[in-house]
Amino acid sequence: MTAFILRRLMQSVGVVLVMSLIVFFGVHVVGDPVYLLINPQADQKDIEAAIRALGLDRPIWEQYWHFMKGAASGDLGRSFIFGEPALKVITQRMPATIELALAAIAMAVVIGIPLGLYAGLKPDARLSKGIMAASIVGFSLPTFWVGLMLIMVFAVILGWLPSTGRGTTASFLGVSSSLFTRDGLAHIALPALNLALLKISLVIRLTRAGTREAIHQDYIKFARAKGLPDRRVIGVHLLKNILIPVVTVLGLEFGNLVAFSVVTETIFSWPGMGKLLIQAIQSLDRPVIVAYLILIVLMFVIINLVVDILYSILDPRVRLGEGSA
Amino acid sequence: MLRAVRNWCLAVVVALFVAPATAQELKIGLASEPSAMDPHFHNLTPNNSLLSHVFERLVETDPSNKLIPGLAESWKILDGNIWEFKLRAGVKWHDGSAFTADDVIFTFERAPNVPNSPSSFATSTKGKTLKKIDDLTLQFSTPGPYPLLANDLSNVLIVSRKTGEGAKTEDYNSGKAAVGTGPFKFASFTPGDKIEMVRNPDYWGTKAAFEKITFKPIKAGPARVAALLAGDVDIIEDVPTADIERLKKEPRIALSQGVSRRVIYFHLDQFRDETPFIKAKDGGAIKNPLRDKRVRQALSKAINRDAIVSRVMEGVALPASQFLADQFFGVSAKLKPVAFDLEGARKLLAEAGYPNGFKMTMHGPNGRYTNDVKIIEAVAQMFTRAGIETSIETLPPAVFFSRASAGAGGLPEFSFILVGWSADTGETSGSLKPLVGTFDKDKGTGSANRGRYSNPALDAMIAEAQATVDDGKRAGILAQAVEIAIDDVAIIPSHYPINTWGTRKGLKITPRADEYTFVMGVTKE
Amino acid sequence: MSIAETPATVETPNKPKPAVESPLRRFAAEFLESRVAAGALLMLGLIISLAALAPWITPQNPYDLAQVDVLDSRLPPGTKSSSGAYTHWLGTDGAGRDLVSAMIYGLRISLLVGAASGLIAMVIGTVVGMTAAYAGGRTETLIMRVVDLQLSFPAILLALMLIAVLGKGIDKIIIALVTVQWAYYARTVRGTALVEARKEYVEAARCLGLSSARILFKHIGPNCMAPLIVVATVQTAHAIALEATLSFLGVGLPQTEPSLGLLISNGFEYMLSHKYWISFFPGLVLLITIVIINLVGDQLRDVLNPRLKK
Repeated sequence: MTAFILRRLMQSVGVVLVMSLIVFFGVHVVGDPVYLLINPQADQKDIEAAIRALGLDRPIWEQYWHFMKGAASGDLGRSFIFGEPALKVITQRMPATIELALAAIAMAVVIGIPLGLYAGLKPDARLSKGIMAASIVGFSLPTFWVGLMLIMVFAVILGWLPSTGRGTTASFLGVSSSLFTRDGLAHIALPALNLALLKISLVIRLTRAGTREAIHQDYIKFARAKGLPDRRVIGVHLLKNILIPVVTVLGLEFGNLVAFSVVTETIFSWPGMGKLLIQAIQSLDRPVIVAYLILIVLMFVIINLVVDILYSILDPRVRLGEGSA
Repeated sequence: MLRAVRNWCLAVVVALFVAPATAQELKIGLASEPSAMDPHFHNLTPNNSLLSHVFERLVETDPSNKLIPGLAESWKILDGNIWEFKLRAGVKWHDGSAFTADDVIFTFERAPNVPNSPSSFATSTKGKTLKKIDDLTLQFSTPGPYPLLANDLSNVLIVSRKTGEGAKTEDYNSGKAAVGTGPFKFASFTPGDKIEMVRNPDYWGTKAAFEKITFKPIKAGPARVAALLAGDVDIIEDVPTADIERLKKEPRIALSQGVSRRVIYFHLDQFRDETPFIKAKDGGAIKNPLRDKRVRQALSKAINRDAIVSRVMEGVALPASQFLADQFFGVSAKLKPVAFDLEGARKLLAEAGYPNGFKMTMHGPNGRYTNDVKIIEAVAQMFTRAGIETSIETLPPAVFFSRASAGAGGLPEFSFILVGWSADTGETSGSLKPLVGTFDKDKGTGSANRGRYSNPALDAMIAEAQATVDDGKRAGILAQAVEIAIDDVAIIPSHYPINTWGTRKGLKITPRADEYTFVMGVTKE
Repeated sequence: MSIAETPATVETPNKPKPAVESPLRRFAAEFLESRVAAGALLMLGLIISLAALAPWITPQNPYDLAQVDVLDSRLPPGTKSSSGAYTHWLGTDGAGRDLVSAMIYGLRISLLVGAASGLIAMVIGTVVGMTAAYAGGRTETLIMRVVDLQLSFPAILLALMLIAVLGKGIDKIIIALVTVQWAYYARTVRGTALVEARKEYVEAARCLGLSSARILFKHIGPNCMAPLIVVATVQTAHAIALEATLSFLGVGLPQTEPSLGLLISNGFEYMLSHKYWISFFPGLVLLITIVIINLVGDQLRDVLNPRLKK
């Protein structure tokens, strides 16, 4: 097991290296950020000075070498836009994104599992068909469109929820989050719902499929034969078994939410990492893009690793090794 | 399970108490986010606008961009090269210390030298030597006569030497060094989220009407409007043109509008014999038709400016005749917008030897200027009707600006582009010199001349204006220079956008030509 | 999107089948067993023919700038154009395009983008995923790390890079979507194939001395079809929505040749100004199309599932 984890970590160093190379040279190809960032009044010499100040006058391989030297000592460079270390710029915005992702996942579970269970237990009911049809809607409409619709309905027309931004934060057990205040919850409701829609559809489909498969299996039949009440059979025996795939998938989806909630955060002005990423990409803030994607690739590698290890614990038939990369 | 869901829903509904903003508090929805609280880090509108609440300048500008006294009470020109500024007495920094000439000298040392600055203030500070006469008197000298000195000073926010010495951009962001003289004190900066300020009770001028102000960046236009409609913010800047008609009918909302110092215009490749994005109708290579003045005139006549203003800009723009709208310094009173004349355009094209037109690709940014893509699309329709088969390629600003300025070989890459220009000096030399002056690195002229238009007679006039200190004389020279450039169709102006701010009923904001959003300009009705 | 992980389920009861039938006819009969699926298939055929016949059935060619007039922009449904040539039954968009025409042309592009990127990504992903599963060892490790890399690469950055290098266009968007999506297929196929490879029938095939390639494509392949189709229908829908999002972020399709997604994103700015039709109608058509694709896909999955065949 240790050897497996070590080998996987070594591989991830390679992945990070490749990622940094692609992003570094890719962003360089797109264009020069100075023409976007500089005051239009600047004359030719001012423009050259700005290019020098950001180190963009040197050949690209030299810039990359410089970056690698810094990265070796944990310095991923300074943001072109904010002038602060890229890592700091990203981590500053991380709590907001993580709490949004958590809220969205929680909604997906709370809404998705009961609906999926119902659809799985009564596949021929009209309501089940409705649920399944609605779940298709969840991933067919563009996020930005749904987001603005939510704002229009709940903030503008009904006036129930605030339209944009993050609410006040409070500290609980040393963690500062807007999930602990009423204002914070009101603010997070719409963006979390917008993010959750897709995940709700996913959870409904997973739960329904799992339920339908499990319902015919022996342990459920035995449990029923033993005379256990339906509530207990479904609530304990069935749920426990279908939760494994749901949890696995949601783990990976959580990573996705943390990494790429770009559109939702933009529409709802949520001060998280997704909004930062889109801003960095649109203004070619290379240090931030590179640092961001390195973090993300590491996060995915770790999530995948954890999933693989969990699998090997849950299912002894799966062996860890070269085969289960 | 269902009960759990219902309970959860109830909990959410119960949580929906949003505290209404108190009258003393003001929330502003910004269209773009400032990058730092260091007033010298990034010389760009969002930063300059926001930080004007905390810091002040020696010379300020009024809403129509005329110079007015700021931290300098008065100034006079000793001879052409030396200006003397009398500083305001009794001004205190937010930490209680007194404002003196030393702070100004420190500012001019610091402003051009902020490390990692993507857009330095050297543009405004260069070429000026400062001499302290006494604590409240300063002399600025320049190598030659320089009439725009006060305009330059109206770009530089003054920081305190005491807190600014050795302070880095981070220290301003954290608030440690963010000590100004302005009507508001810096309270907090949460990047991506909000900037908070509180009233400065000891302000030397008119004290602010609001106890606390919060700026929230809300980039998406419709989301910004929704935030205003929902009452989450009290003021928004840059109201999308699409929503103005509706907001006018909204009883809860008031709008303020003012013409901008920006012009939206087209730059034409006038330096290449063959230009890459113009071809004959059959796809073969042809000589660059844009070097023929008649073709340029035809293009200008083919544009229906009234249609752009009414249909694309939904009425919130003025058809443009030159570089700046009529009320600004150095404009020509004679010029009128070129009238839409399809027949005339076709005739001119035929005269120039293109009776069947040609093929052209027009380029422009998407999402940089108000309705940029739609304007490009509309103008492409108009050109196509005049016989010039026009296709369009709109690019993300990140790609567009670097290629339009210095593409392959360091030269502007495109043949015909839509761009905008905001004259930061508020007068026409600030447009003429960079846009139609000959591209010359050593003289610093033509820095944004993406068509590489060059006319030595015009260059001479711009240079003359720049060395003429007398305002009346200078305005005359500039107006003449503008007429030459427009007559030669050095650029094709389209329109001057009108900026719109939205406020909740009961508030009024003074629109500013520089597109800055100032709480100082907000009054309660 | 990991709907891929959905285990294939047994959904249709096994009905007794007539003794002799060609495979195609059996397939058709099984497919049409569900009336909903049959209806969906009919609708899909209708939608595809609408899209294919666009130039002959639309009143206006919305891509021809000479036919589109900005003076007719933002007209509400049912208005006559200024030239009197058309009645805009569903109104016009911000550039003056007739929405009926623009939507039918847009449908064509959306379907093309969705289907092309879905198919190409599926083929690449399947081949790569099966290769990984079957080869094992270093090859598999390498492939799976590339998949990791791909899954953590944002589509918008990729699209921006492609625009910078190649310019805007439908083909570029398809390249971008394929690059983003193949990894999902590869991950799914590899996962399923690994499970299948452990099963007895593969063992048996090996004992018979069949070649690796034959086992891979003739025996393991068909058994991966069911989850693959689930991913394919979801990803096709997702591709169409993703294209809309990229257009919304300014790195999508050319402005003068709008897809349904671009029409929606263009209408975005008018949503608060009571000009609902600009994004509502394209949104509705997109929704219907995607629901239909999914209904057809669900049934396909059930029918093609070899475990159902007796």
